[in-house]
Formats: sequence, C-alpha cells, structure tokens
Amino acid sequence: MTVGGWRAASVVEVADVTPSARVLRVMVPGWPGSDAGQHVDVRLTAEDGYQAVRSYSMGSYGATETIELAVDEIPDGEVSPYLVRDVLPGDELEVKGPLGGYFVWRTGGAEPVQLIAGGSGIVPLVAIARAARDAGAAASVRLLYSVRTREDAIYRDELDRGVGDGGVAVTWRYTRVAPVGWQGGVGRIDADVLRDAVWAPERRPVVYVCGPTGFVEHVSDALVELGHAPERIKTERFGGA
Amino acid sequence: MAVISRGFGARRRDSDPHLPPGQYLTEDFPVLSAGPTPRIDTDDWRFGIRTEAGAAVSWTWEEFRALPAEDVHTDIHCVTRWSKLGTSWRGVSLDTLLDAVDTDAAYAMAHSYGGYTTNIPLDELRDGRAWIVFEFDGEPLDPEHGGPARLLVPHLYFWKSAKWVRGLTLMDQDEPGFWEQNGYNMHGDPWTEERYW
Repeated sequence: MTVGGWRAASVVEVADVTPSARVLRVMVPGWPGSDAGQHVDVRLTAEDGYQAVRSYSMGSYGATETIELAVDEIPDGEVSPYLVRDVLPGDELEVKGPLGGYFVWRTGGAEPVQLIAGGSGIVPLVAIARAARDAGAAASVRLLYSVRTREDAIYRDELDRGVGDGGVAVTWRYTRVAPVGWQGGVGRIDADVLRDAVWAPERRPVVYVCGPTGFVEHVSDALVELGHAPERIKTERFGGA
Repeated sequence: MAVISRGFGARRRDSDPHLPPGQYLTEDFPVLSAGPTPRIDTDDWRFGIRTEAGAAVSWTWEEFRALPAEDVHTDIHCVTRWSKLGTSWRGVSLDTLLDAVDTDAAYAMAHSYGGYTTNIPLDELRDGRAWIVFEFDGEPLDPEHGGPARLLVPHLYFWKSAKWVRGLTLMDQDEPGFWEQNGYNMHGDPWTEERYW
C-alpha cells in the first residue's frame, strides 16, 4: 500500500441516489488503484485557502483512474453537504490514498464471506461485492443490508439485480418502513435475522460489519453471541461529524 | 497551482489553536475499533509488563486500583480527523507502573484483550505523558471506549491509546503493531501529521 501525497482530482459525474446521498465519480490522474473496502481522504480548499479534510469509503476498487465515492449528508456537517448538494462535474478537489489495509477483501480466500451493512455503511461492502462478482466468487459471498426505508438504500438498483446478474445474494432488512408487499419483518437486525441471513458459524465465515457505531456494536455483539469467532469479525464504525 | 474547490467553505467551522493540522472538533465521542468489543470482567482482568530480559510483573484489578491514581485533563486526536478537547480521565501513570521493572528497552508494544497491538517508544510513556485509565468523565470507562481500562497516550494519535489493554512488552527494537502493519505510521504525532506510511 502506497499512500503518497495529495493528488489533484476532478469530479466527472454526480448522481443523487437517495434523498440525502449522492454517488460521485472522481477522476484521479495517476491513481494507483485500490483493494475493495479501502477509503480515501478528500481535501477541499476554499478560495481564501481554508481547507477541510474528511475520509470517505470507495464503492469502486481495482486499477482505475476514476474512483467512486458515495457520500451521505450529515445535516450539520461541513464537508458532506458540499459534496452532496453543491459539487458539480468539473469541480476540483484533492484525494489521498488508498487508505486502510485491514477492512479489505482480496481474491483467493477459501472461506465464505458475510457482508453486513447499516445505512451508508454499504459503500465499502459494495466494493467488496463488486470485486467478488468480478472474480466469479459471488456464490460464497452474502450481503445483509439494513436501511430505514427502501428510499434510503444507496445502490438499491444494483443490489436488486443480485444473483441474477452474477452478483452476491442480498438480504434486505428495513428498520422503519418496508416496501409494499414485503413479506419479512420490520425492525432492527436481531439474532433471528442473523441466523437466517448470515453464513452459519460452523462454516467459519469472515464477517465484515460496517455502519454507525450503535449498529456495529449491536450486530457484532449478536454475532459473537451466536458463536462467530471475534477474530473473524472485521468492523468499521462511522462516528462523529 | 493549488486546487480550489469551487464554492467550498460556506459552512466552515471555527478554528482553534488546540486543533492539530487536518483535524476538526467533535463534541461526541466516536468509537473506532477493528472488531467486536471484548467484555472483560474485572475479576479476570490482569495488567502485566514483560521486559526485554523476560522479567514479568502483573497486577490484578484490586492491586491496580490500589496504586496512586490521578486525574488527567487532555485533548485527544484521532487519525480519522476528529479531535475532542478538554476530556477528563482518571488512571494510573505509566511512571508508577514502569517503576516496578528494571529495563533499558527503547520501545513498548501494548497488547489488548481481543488481540489488538500498538507500538510506542518507551520514553513517550514516561514523564507524565501516559496512563492506564479506568474512568472517563467521572464514570467507569465503557467497554466500547476500552473499559475496564485503556492506555491513554494523548500526545499521539488515539489509535496508540490501546483499548482493553492487558499489558506491555518492552523491546530493544521497534516493531509494528496492528494498525502500523495496516497502513498507519509507526510513531503517530498529530502535530506533524504522522498519519500513514
């Protein structure tokens, strides 16, 4: 992993994907590529020189000069409202990375892989799901995605194509409102949901859990209770502004 | 020529001289850990130090809590870019704990329940700059923040302040701990932005 310095980058595409989130495609000339699950630091500079930096996970992976970030707006934030509401194709920013060598997935592992996302925690897990699909390894990867409502689900169309498109199998969990015709329960993930949707502990899956702190604490505690080995549960928690 | 982000800066935050470069202030206390939160009963808890010569000393919770403790008021800085100013902790100075061993080691590896490790120059754990803390804001330290006890080395990025700490291994040569093997700096000074490799 080589981080290097700040790289000049330009926004090439923006897409509103939920009422509060946007997917940005950003061209980074000289980008060295990344593993699925890694993140970047993004630096914004105002005309008077004022700067702010935040970390964002990438939905993209691999050898490409155009990386994909999905940003969920934190209403009283300083950087995310700019990236979700203001930024336009052609705008410039700086990127450092790729960052993080632990919450990543690489091809070649023999064990099944379980991905569990809460809200915008889906972003690095989509990168892993895409990498598994592209490597022909999707059959050993499952995704459990907890969102408030269907409208809040980043990447919902891509995930709906799922297995039919050679992708990973997705289990949805709605915590507030389920779509019309939904057969399952509504509410936060509990032990029953984990038993149904997650590879059994006996299969010794590697589990990636990503989301807000409370979600990750709750899910990872429940996984340990169900018999998953703590050292096989990788977590990434969002916190702060 | 510098890269300018068109129209950025409308919502900027107040700057503060206590804020290292590239950091922003937070009022919450975010949680960052690489795995599930270990639950350690204080009846089973031990803290030990092993020297470079192999000599070992350890404390039970009761023995540890009988050591002189002090209040610590300090700023903390996370490599993920949040800083929290004026935090209040209570714990035992590493000076007190290191007095129990005879060592000429230059580095320490902190080990945690759950398997986490992080490396720190031994000098930087001395002279009132590091503690094993067991209270935050006057309350027992929550497990998700590293309770029953964590290392506190506030002059370095917060990943060096190992949660659920169970001991130190003293070493002649520096070795990378968990995050130091996974992309983060061997030292981690927030004022010079020693963030990554």
